[in-house]
Amino acid sequence: MANAGAASAGRPRGPAAIIVRKLFGRRVVLVGAAILVVVALAALLAPWITPYDPMKLRILDRLQSPRASHWFGTDELGRDVFSRVVYGARYSLMIGALVVLVSMFCGVLLGLAAGFFRRLDGPIMRVVDAMMSFPDILLAIALVAVLGASMANVVIALAIVYTPRVARVVRASTLVVRELLYIEAARALGVSTWRILFVHILNNIASPILVQATFIFAYAVLAEAGLSFLGVGVPPEIPTWGTMIASAQPFAHQAIWLVLFPGVAIVLSALSLQMVGDGFRDLLDPKLRKAL
Amino acid sequence: MTRYLASRFAGMVIVMLIVAALVFFITRLAPGDPAAVMLGEQATAADIAQLRASYGLDKPLPLQFVYWLGELSRGNLGQSIFLQRPVTQALLERAEPTFFLTLFSLGLAALIGVPCGIAAAVWRGKAIDQAFSGFAMLGASIPSFWFGLILMQIFAVSLGWFPVAGYGDPGVPLSDRLHHLILPSIVLGVVNSALILRFTRASMLDVLGEDHIRTARAKGVSEARVVLHHALRNALIPVITVLGLTFALLIGGAIVTETVFGLPGIGNLVVSAVLRRDYPVIQGALLVIAGLYVLINLLIDLLYLAIDPRVRY
Repeated sequence: MANAGAASAGRPRGPAAIIVRKLFGRRVVLVGAAILVVVALAALLAPWITPYDPMKLRILDRLQSPRASHWFGTDELGRDVFSRVVYGARYSLMIGALVVLVSMFCGVLLGLAAGFFRRLDGPIMRVVDAMMSFPDILLAIALVAVLGASMANVVIALAIVYTPRVARVVRASTLVVRELLYIEAARALGVSTWRILFVHILNNIASPILVQATFIFAYAVLAEAGLSFLGVGVPPEIPTWGTMIASAQPFAHQAIWLVLFPGVAIVLSALSLQMVGDGFRDLLDPKLRKAL
Repeated sequence: MTRYLASRFAGMVIVMLIVAALVFFITRLAPGDPAAVMLGEQATAADIAQLRASYGLDKPLPLQFVYWLGELSRGNLGQSIFLQRPVTQALLERAEPTFFLTLFSLGLAALIGVPCGIAAAVWRGKAIDQAFSGFAMLGASIPSFWFGLILMQIFAVSLGWFPVAGYGDPGVPLSDRLHHLILPSIVLGVVNSALILRFTRASMLDVLGEDHIRTARAKGVSEARVVLHHALRNALIPVITVLGLTFALLIGGAIVTETVFGLPGIGNLVVSAVLRRDYPVIQGALLVIAGLYVLINLLIDLLYLAIDPRVRY
């Protein structure tokens, strides 16, 4: 009895701690998080873990297949593919993270406004509906076309594309929370509208926003690769995974590894984010929670 | 019913007007004079002024928008700068490969997604569910252009089973042209089956938990009949929504896949237009594709009305 008490006393009991424990108790989430940590660490530690300078040309070593000296082979200019894939993680993940930050910021503001202020709901949601009528990649291509191809513009374009998705989720959650008794109580107590919005409501809709953030991160990594592949994304001299595959395309028939490894990196990153996002969503879904 | 149809149609018109405004103003976001951008660095001031006048670019922006809307209402999407022909004509000329690619991919995605989704729901938590759910997650994480390049190397370049790229010569029979679409359709279909699989699984799980299924089982109805007759018929209704959603995804996917396989479709036209800054084509393609998406959503809502007796407007 005393042992049981000691054991339970050692375990965190807060709601957040329980969610985290349940979340990481699922094997799929654990595997996804582990892959994500490895990719993120590789991106952070790139200068220390890469054996070669990713930009240095060695024409004599061009198109070497994977071997001990070059784990992922070399590209058409003799650059080490492993080093480029690791450095590519920096750019691809950074673009993904920035897209998440910007789209979350704008989407949360729009969604809160639409969900809380009835008069703004119609106009905001009609624009959101209209923006969601465009296929993601098509709207992103058009935006980059008019803004110009650069890393900053790719982030802006993708943030514009994904903001309506966030706004929809935030609005739906806000509509539910707005009607709850504690919001009415806060109003009765004279709490300011801004405080109700950004403290009382935002705190209570954080979970679906976080789930959406993981999915948007995955979509942004995929979309950035697609844009760069089409030649309308990040300039080719920046080694993102998408630009690497694009520049490898003419050599794919003789050096498939040039296409294979950056692609596997994209798949692993997107997959790990979706695994974590899926696990989180399942945990928050009351219908599925019982089964977990 | 008539009131519902009228309000849905009015809603669609409003969304399309906002779409048109977004398309118009997005293309006006381009830094610098659009006429100068269209004509390139070699253009003289006189050339630029002439183009500005011929496209009405010298008029105030709201007036340009009204003029453009007027032209749209007459079915005129403008004139392509580089192709030297109306945008509508350019889009129609490129519609065939995109139409068949989208159709085949949607068919394949449904053929993979629906049965696998049913199996995953019926054997929930078992190895088959984990395998199909894993496949769905993987499908949603694979960039279609990368998958296309890998399949192209294996099945077209190495094995020679399919043409590497293109859509055949203009004079070749339709069957030969469609042969060029098999590999791109597999790429798009497999990647997009993930969403249909997930949705079918979720929808089947919902229905399998309902009372009428328990009653059917209690009455001794065979499991196959319970799943295929009682559950599937109800579960497929929401799946129709996801087929509409998949259509939008397929158009987006087609843009990239057509580029990988060198298919002369609308996607390829859009990418070329972007690279050449042919704004009328970008505008026209955006508008037509978004319009199709809005229209398909409306048709799906109306389809609900026809197939689900519980839905009454």
